[in-house]
Amino acid sequence: MKEIAIFDRAGRDAENKDIGRDIRIKEILPALEKHEEVILNFARVETATQSFVHSLISDVMRKYRDDALERVSFKSCNDTIKQIIGIVVQYMQDALDQEKR
Amino acid sequence: MTKYLESRYNYDMKIHIPNSAFLGNIDAFLRGFDPSSPNVLEITVNQSWLAVHPAVLSMIASLGLTVKPENIRCEKLQARSAGYIVRMGLFKLLNVSVDLSVTEHAPEGRFIPLTHIRNSNEATEFITEMIPLLRLDVEQRETLVYIVSELVRNVLDHAEAPNGAILCAQYFKKSNSIRIGIADTGVGIKTTINRAHGAKTDLDAIRLALTPGITGKTQRAGGTGENAGAGLFFIKSIADVNRDYFVIYSGSGFYKLLKKTSARRHLNADPFADRHSQKDNLPYWKGTVVGIDITLDQTKEFSLLLRAIHDVYANLKNKQVEYKKPRFL
Repeated sequence: MKEIAIFDRAGRDAENKDIGRDIRIKEILPALEKHEEVILNFARVETATQSFVHSLISDVMRKYRDDALERVSFKSCNDTIKQIIGIVVQYMQDALDQEKR
Repeated sequence: MTKYLESRYNYDMKIHIPNSAFLGNIDAFLRGFDPSSPNVLEITVNQSWLAVHPAVLSMIASLGLTVKPENIRCEKLQARSAGYIVRMGLFKLLNVSVDLSVTEHAPEGRFIPLTHIRNSNEATEFITEMIPLLRLDVEQRETLVYIVSELVRNVLDHAEAPNGAILCAQYFKKSNSIRIGIADTGVGIKTTINRAHGAKTDLDAIRLALTPGITGKTQRAGGTGENAGAGLFFIKSIADVNRDYFVIYSGSGFYKLLKKTSARRHLNADPFADRHSQKDNLPYWKGTVVGIDITLDQTKEFSLLLRAIHDVYANLKNKQVEYKKPRFL
């Protein structure tokens, strides 16, 4: 199990999608390739933008499809961040669904 | 040394700062902008009163950065309120001295002076430092951080603007609102969108840019790993739910989200389905300008705003499909 503290990488405002991309490429995807589960810990993060969350997880969902949500979970999110993650997750599932159709 | 306007500069790029130009009445200001000769910038001003939206100042600063400081000519500032423009840092940013006959200063306000953001690190630094300047409550902070981050990073990602993004914001006590303006002199929305789509006009491109799921980076559903094509839709939606103005101007295209008259919280994916005004024949702005007002009295909790946006997504998409939910620990 790999737990990634978003605050330590992105700070109080998780808005820099370059950082989101780096977390995805350097930490999330390698952990999933090693069949580890990933916990994205948003403790102390106050704001996360849609762009940041998209950058963090969209390609993970594209690569691992339904399995991504079984293997990646989100910890200590405030209501706003939960909403943002929910939007991005739904958006990506819908996009992937469109590709299948 | 101050350079006064002289009649020989008849073929310069011209911009006039009127007595009033806010998002509700900005159209007249934009129509008067003359971009015909890009080497010299003439700034003329209303001599009685100056009260303008931060988007106007961001535009003037962006234009000014495209010419050499010695080729910027500004009319003498005589309006009693002219100190506002100086305090917002217009002439400092452009490295131009002005003749200001006004010594009276407005009281210290809550504002973010004109700021030049050229890269991701400067964006992060700016976002961290801007909140104390506006002295916002925690609840209002989230909304502002969100809007500014998405707007600035949009410019850095898409605009290819040599001068980056120019942004300023101000709190207006009378209306209890924050007004934000951001401008760039990059390639403009049409060029960006047409890398993956086929917009015929600047206004078509603006429409696509405001539609969720459309990005200039790819035609692929879901966007790229770094671009979802939802940033501007979110910002327009925040203004929409709050019943505030949102303006976007690029090339000769212009879109203004008008204030909602009802409290009904309904968002549209197609920006043309919203109550709005549009133009496709304004003087050509090489780049993009965005202005937004956030009335703090009306600002809903950000999570409620997002719930409304989420509902739009859900309604747009295939309602028959039950999607997996993310796991929250």
